[in-house]
Amino acid sequence: MGDLRLMKGNEVIAEAAIRCGCDGYFGYPITPQSEVMETLMAREPWDETGMVVLQAESEVASINMVYGAAGSGKKVMTSSSSPGISLMAEGISYIAGAELPCLIVNVQRGGPGLGTIQPSQADYFQSTKGGGHGDYRLIVLAPSSVQEMNDFVDLGFELAYKYRNPAMILTDGAIGQMMEKVVLSEYKPRMTSEEINDKYGSWATNGKKPNRDYNIITSLEMDSAKMESNNLRFQEKYKQMEEEEVRYETFQCDDAEYILVAFGSSARICQKSVDLARAKGLKVGLLRPITLYPFPKKPIAELAKKVKGFLTVEMNAGQMVEDVQLAAGCGNSSVPVKYFGRMGGIIPTPGEVVEALEQKLIEA
Amino acid sequence: MDVKDIIKPENLVYQKPKLLTDKTMHYCPGCTHGVVHRLVAEVIEDLDIQEKTIGVSPVGCSVFAYNYIDIDWQEAAHGRAPAVATGIARVNEDKVVFTYQGDGDLASIGTAEILHACNRGENIVVIFINNAIYGMTGGQMAPTTLLGQVTATTPCGRDLDRNGYPLKITELIAQLPGTSYVTRQSAHTPATARKCRKAIKKAFQNAIDKKGTSFVEVVSTCNSGWRLSPVDANIWMEENMFPFFPMGDMKDGERDAPDAYLKKN
Repeated sequence: MGDLRLMKGNEVIAEAAIRCGCDGYFGYPITPQSEVMETLMAREPWDETGMVVLQAESEVASINMVYGAAGSGKKVMTSSSSPGISLMAEGISYIAGAELPCLIVNVQRGGPGLGTIQPSQADYFQSTKGGGHGDYRLIVLAPSSVQEMNDFVDLGFELAYKYRNPAMILTDGAIGQMMEKVVLSEYKPRMTSEEINDKYGSWATNGKKPNRDYNIITSLEMDSAKMESNNLRFQEKYKQMEEEEVRYETFQCDDAEYILVAFGSSARICQKSVDLARAKGLKVGLLRPITLYPFPKKPIAELAKKVKGFLTVEMNAGQMVEDVQLAAGCGNSSVPVKYFGRMGGIIPTPGEVVEALEQKLIEA
Repeated sequence: MDVKDIIKPENLVYQKPKLLTDKTMHYCPGCTHGVVHRLVAEVIEDLDIQEKTIGVSPVGCSVFAYNYIDIDWQEAAHGRAPAVATGIARVNEDKVVFTYQGDGDLASIGTAEILHACNRGENIVVIFINNAIYGMTGGQMAPTTLLGQVTATTPCGRDLDRNGYPLKITELIAQLPGTSYVTRQSAHTPATARKCRKAIKKAFQNAIDKKGTSFVEVVSTCNSGWRLSPVDANIWMEENMFPFFPMGDMKDGERDAPDAYLKKN
């Protein structure tokens, strides 16, 4: 059954990048994601596929190298962890504003500030609501297994090119450091400049040809009317993502009276919580958003019509809970939406989740 | 009457390079940018590399450089042009990549990016316009502003205790082993413009030959920011800037051999 391995999440990101025909990786070491670049450097993909790997002087430089290489049409990526992503925020905004495809991996750690190197999901707001300046969105994929770390590299690039928009894999130190079995993807060849032109249009700066005007990659527009029309075009694109790209998974939701909503590693814990609750006779299900943006509003709104309550479980102070409240309010405004979570790098236990469910919803 | 009727083809000795577009430049009359844009366009034309040259424009007055030369361009965030150029050059080894940056962009907010790109010896060209002031934002102090020089944020003149020293970044760059050619030029007279053109051509040839980073500073005027007429700005530049920023090559040859940098065992 394919190329089955036992690997760390971070190592799999590197392996998947090489195999999906990535042209370049630009990064800077930060715990808990340094294995991504370490694995790439050890694999020496420049000999195998021609992929470039460069350790930059900072996260600021990394993301701007991504901007340059992506502007030339190449399939490029970076990875970092929370404080490094904050440093990249400016560049990410420029990439979104210039409508360039790229992949950014955030292996989250606890914050704010230098915070902790332990896992966290506290960058939900940063990833899904902006992070940098201006009206823009990222396509945000939240893997909950090492297998999905593999699968979402290719998917992230596909979506990034489809929408000419940066895509982010929002994971955390637990999945980045966790070893699990994974079936690695088949190798895909890197694309030539001509293939990129044919497949995605000739917007890239790969050398002005006599048969076209010169290409400019920029987010700058001094004419307000034109800038507003750029903004409206972006919003149309985001609307299309909301219609076509929502991905989520449900677990025992059919007869459920209470729904846990959790993503990434929290969702792994909540699967166990569902089992524990069911063993106690409680009808509990789990909805796991896979795309955090676009957010699965419709399935939550549908569930809100028939369930008695939602509990979001997050490794932060309660961020996604706001989106679940908004989505549930569309279907049935009276259904309670509560939050339970741990911070500081502490991972909630399945038992704690069931306890919180009982206290905040069932007995309340 | 059209210009072609006035100047007969047989009398034509100099004309607009084909690569300069017909867009009206937004630069102030007397600004050095227009001259250097022309020189860059001429060099790209001379070397016949239009189809493989990618320019990276900065934030500052020359943010719109991409409007004026008929090649592919990317506009970078403030100071990040060397990182953007690194990204383009690394995944497009067949291309010739250059940045065009001012003193605020290159020597203040983008110091880390320029030093590391030059130290890695990226195969790129850097054109550095040093006019000792922030032109676009309205004439504030730049890292290269001279002591005593009046700007919008140093209305009594740049003061050592308050503002520190002006930065000779090109001298710093010349120390870096990844550079093969580091020079300081001006373009305020026909003779200096010709010399500057030669320097820019050498820098682009180095990039074609993969010789590491080539860096051309052009000491320039900002007559609007300096509150001077174009002619007086040239005189002010000669009298004040040239003694502090002396002309000439600081490095011309190859990037450093690795021997001196190797671990011993």
